[in-house]
Amino acid sequence: MARAALPGRLTWQLVSVVDLVEETSRTKSLVLARPDWPGGYRSGQHVDVRLTAEDGYQVQRSYSIASAPEDDHLVLTVERLDDGEVSPYLVDVLQPGDELELRGPIGGYFVWEESLGGPLVLIGGGSGVVPLRSMLRHWSGTDRSVAVRLVYSVRRLSEVIYHDELLGYGALDGVDIRFALTREWPDDWQGRRGRIDRALLEDVGGPPSAKPRVYVCGPNAFVESAAGWLVEAGHDPSRIRTERFGPTGT
Amino acid sequence: MSPVSRGFLGHRRPVADPSRLPPGQYLETGFPVLSAGPTPHTPLDEWSFLISGEVDEPVSWPWKEFLELPSEQVTVDIHCVTKWSKFDTHWKGVSVDTLFEHINSEAAYLTAWCDGGYTTNLPREHVTDGKAWVAYEYDGQPLHPEHGGPARLLVPHLYFWKSAKWVRGLTLTVDDEPGFWENYGYHNLGDPWLEQRYQGD
Repeated sequence: MARAALPGRLTWQLVSVVDLVEETSRTKSLVLARPDWPGGYRSGQHVDVRLTAEDGYQVQRSYSIASAPEDDHLVLTVERLDDGEVSPYLVDVLQPGDELELRGPIGGYFVWEESLGGPLVLIGGGSGVVPLRSMLRHWSGTDRSVAVRLVYSVRRLSEVIYHDELLGYGALDGVDIRFALTREWPDDWQGRRGRIDRALLEDVGGPPSAKPRVYVCGPNAFVESAAGWLVEAGHDPSRIRTERFGPTGT
Repeated sequence: MSPVSRGFLGHRRPVADPSRLPPGQYLETGFPVLSAGPTPHTPLDEWSFLISGEVDEPVSWPWKEFLELPSEQVTVDIHCVTKWSKFDTHWKGVSVDTLFEHINSEAAYLTAWCDGGYTTNLPREHVTDGKAWVAYEYDGQPLHPEHGGPARLLVPHLYFWKSAKWVRGLTLTVDDEPGFWENYGYHNLGDPWLEQRYQGD
């Protein structure tokens, strides 16, 4: 690859918090003023956020970008981890009008843009849906000639982030949106009851001959299973891009 | 200077020896997994380790012969660019110094390449003199595939993306050629003590 493709230096910038949107009881979207990034960003990339205490103590964490590159604001969707250091602040303390220090965009492999084509297969577990939502938003602004399928695994309906927006995409031609509820589901639930399995993945992945672009994001065990099943089903590993979070059980 | 984040107190956890934690890192007790694609599962009878490129004679070891090379047990701190560090990790593997006893090369750089297509570049001086290993055991057990088994590079003094999982060979090069993440804007060297996370840091 050519060195000229490298992005420039990533500098820390302060951006204003424009709004905070409660997505679920544990998850908020931080609506931020667009940072001054010369090349913009691409769906699937993330940012580093840095917090500074009165005595100069600092912490940094990475968060996926939830907005599409063409959106007016930069949106980060953050799930509160109860034992976390940064996410409880972002979800519970941060207010509109505050400023947040961040730098980015970071990462250039787990990205989708129209030129990469499809079919686009998105597989998300929990808050792993965040970068996939950026891809869907971006896709919705294209001519929509690429077919899209999303499977979103989450414990219960109340924890589904972007519920209405995702259902809206599901109503469009060429889009298949499926929720898998792993712990609880309503009596009349029409979607998947329980975890995703090999058969569901093979169905959503479609025939390997269609050469889908697959993006899997979620907890490590979820990603390991999903990506592994797709490879065993015959999908080209080089067309499966993954983003993982959390420790292994072993 | 960064401005104070209104209302941020920090949730500081005591770290026994803070001098071991590079800037911007936090201590992790689990072992997070990061990788750009599916985990490859190469059968051991198809596995070999190759040193090639700018060398007089390439050399390669099948799995069983690789295990017969003199090995070392090392206990090291590791630092991931995603901000976690883990102290006192135990590994067993073959020192890159031991591997390089089998080649003759003046090349100043190398690229580690892996099953799954991953690559990362390193200056030769950063993998010699006891600085790097090809590790195949973690905590007394065969290295789990999710963590890079059967074998991964271990370069603990640099951010952990340099410790390439599923490593299959080292290609010596005259010029420094950026690898996978280095081409996506990550720092070319990645020294955690200098917080060299991204290009320009």
